[in-house]
Amino acid sequence: MMHSLSQATIEFLKLYWAPLLCGVAVVAILPLIVGYIVLVERKIMADMQARLGPMRVGPHGLLQPIADAVKLLIKEDIIPDNADKLVFWLAPVLSVGAALLSLAGLAVGPAFQIAQDINIGILFVVGVSAMGIFGIVLGGWASNSHYSLMGALRSSAQLVSYETAAGMALVSALLFTGTLNIKSIVEAQSKEGIWFVLLAPVAFFTYLVASIAETNRAPFDLPEAESELVAGYMTEFSGFRWSLYFLAEYTNMIVVASVATTLFLGGWLRPFAGVARLNVLDFVPPLLMLAIGAYCVLRAPKQPTRVQQMFMLAVAGLCFLLGLVLVAPVIVPVAKPLYAGIHGAFWFIFKVSAYIYLFMWLRFTLPRYRFDQLMRLGWHFLIPLSIINVLLVGVALIAGAYFHLQGWGLLLVTTPAAVIALVAALFILAAEKQRDARQGQIAASDFYAG
Amino acid sequence: MLDKVLFYFFAGIAVASAALMVTRRNVVHSAIFLITALLATAGIFLQLRAEFLFIVQIILYVGGIMVLFVFVIMLVNLDVALQQIQFARQKWVALLIALALAGQVGLMFWSSGKMPGQGLPVLTAAAAGRLPLNSEAVAKSLFESYLLPFEIASVLLLVAMIGAVVMAKNRT
Amino acid sequence: MLPIGHYLFLSLALFIIGVIGVVTRRNVIVVLMSIELILNAVNINLVAFSRLYGDVAGQVFALFIIADAAAEAAVGLGIIIAFFRNRETVLADEMDLLKW
Repeated sequence: MMHSLSQATIEFLKLYWAPLLCGVAVVAILPLIVGYIVLVERKIMADMQARLGPMRVGPHGLLQPIADAVKLLIKEDIIPDNADKLVFWLAPVLSVGAALLSLAGLAVGPAFQIAQDINIGILFVVGVSAMGIFGIVLGGWASNSHYSLMGALRSSAQLVSYETAAGMALVSALLFTGTLNIKSIVEAQSKEGIWFVLLAPVAFFTYLVASIAETNRAPFDLPEAESELVAGYMTEFSGFRWSLYFLAEYTNMIVVASVATTLFLGGWLRPFAGVARLNVLDFVPPLLMLAIGAYCVLRAPKQPTRVQQMFMLAVAGLCFLLGLVLVAPVIVPVAKPLYAGIHGAFWFIFKVSAYIYLFMWLRFTLPRYRFDQLMRLGWHFLIPLSIINVLLVGVALIAGAYFHLQGWGLLLVTTPAAVIALVAALFILAAEKQRDARQGQIAASDFYAG
Repeated sequence: MLDKVLFYFFAGIAVASAALMVTRRNVVHSAIFLITALLATAGIFLQLRAEFLFIVQIILYVGGIMVLFVFVIMLVNLDVALQQIQFARQKWVALLIALALAGQVGLMFWSSGKMPGQGLPVLTAAAAGRLPLNSEAVAKSLFESYLLPFEIASVLLLVAMIGAVVMAKNRT
Repeated sequence: MLPIGHYLFLSLALFIIGVIGVVTRRNVIVVLMSIELILNAVNINLVAFSRLYGDVAGQVFALFIIADAAAEAAVGLGIIIAFFRNRETVLADEMDLLKW
């Protein structure tokens, strides 16, 4: 028995060594990446507020995430007095576990997927990341504090409300593909020659708003706003536990951006992937890297200290190297099979970064929604909008099939569908406002949890 | 071999979590153990190559129904309830009858394979590689053969939603 | 797939534990959770036979059971909340008046 067990283990490892290695690598590197996303966010926030952001730790503040990580790791681990120790330990683990597990289903390029060819691809990612709700609710409850519990209940009520709208938005985009497999979704966009963001704009808009609410980002960040509930469900967690929650939140951002990129923005396809005449667009990635490298070289002499000058030159060198790696598959014929992988990964990461930049931009621009306004937006606007959109996209598809429309021709039927859906949802909202005004009360709802 | 390991792993977690769930004093702990039991059941579905049902179990049962349970537990959680007796007065008789039922059904399962010409079939299941795509097969069956039950299920969910809202509303 | 007996015994074990939970516990929320466990045991049974016979109808039936469980949990919890508002208790023994 033991012999067959060890033999079976070897067989298993021979088959699945690559996904296991990739999984371990992702889980190991992700905290570093998340740390640098936080730094990028602080720098962008500073830029939008006409200041410089972290500049002291390392050249241009680039070692700030490392300093933050060290600080969080050596902080004292405080557990509140009557807190339930088991649940207190479990809650951040659940959040991070759900977020990291959903990363396994994503495909960064046609060949980069940890869990290969899942039949239920995108549903797996969405469903598993929905399990993070328990981390929030149990964390708030285990803290044995009123503010934490209220923050947790509000946050999970918000997440649950916007999950329906996000799911319906995904459904109306999935109507164009007929499959849940991630590779097939991107291939469908390649086959149609048009990204689904143009074919289903209302679905993209709904998913954008819902994903901001799903990740507790501003303007929907009431549950974790400092001025409202201290830090909501995260109040009593200090040091490493808090950093786990933080990691979970930013990983959720990456997951949500990846889902939107895969389904709406064409995944790893370059713009106009099918059009052979625009193959010159293949040179955009290396030229972009070249431009960034040249900018670094030009700014190097203007740096105040020698360390920063050398650092700028190092960054420039790195950009040139990356540009070289990106230009090789396009020019050198022997490297052509690597083209799909490398350029695909570049475009995917570019689109995910653009989506996350949009998140950050909205965070620093819009004021916060009050909780009842938030719930009203989710239930009274987004859910009717997404349901009507599913219906109308279905009708548009049938009309498109009847008239034998394909690719860009589908725009003729889907654009009227999108316009009608938006008008209908706004009409419902306006009718409700009128009814509330007639009843003489402000548009309030009793969606407060508890 | 992998099938066996996966089955025993998930089955062990399911039974252990279920046993812990019905015996905990703290209702939130019971809820957590039910969550692990449901996740283990989802694992069994995956081991049976029912991928769509696996993800539906996670989204609906764990991500929907259990969130509802945890919410309600937090609303009605009384500290005084922790100190009171957890098991009803009829617990020994009930346990006896449940074990008798278990013994009966278990005996039936056990002996069904041994009697010739009766009992459970010994068909060999289709090899996993030759199974059709699961989501597509379920969708086809749902929208072609079982369309009426599907529509009735939607009406049922609507009725349940209205009922739950009406019952939990504040009488103002 | 393992021989069908494995799945049947697993389903039986979960079913019996659920039944014990329903008839033994005083807290009605734990009773409701045990009912969910019973429904899951039935689901495992259905899916195992669906795989054995290669017919996807078992999985479709399990899907309907999950939808039904959601409806029943929602209504049941609504009743519990309504009752709790009036009588401040969730113990089955203390819910003993038909009208008050």
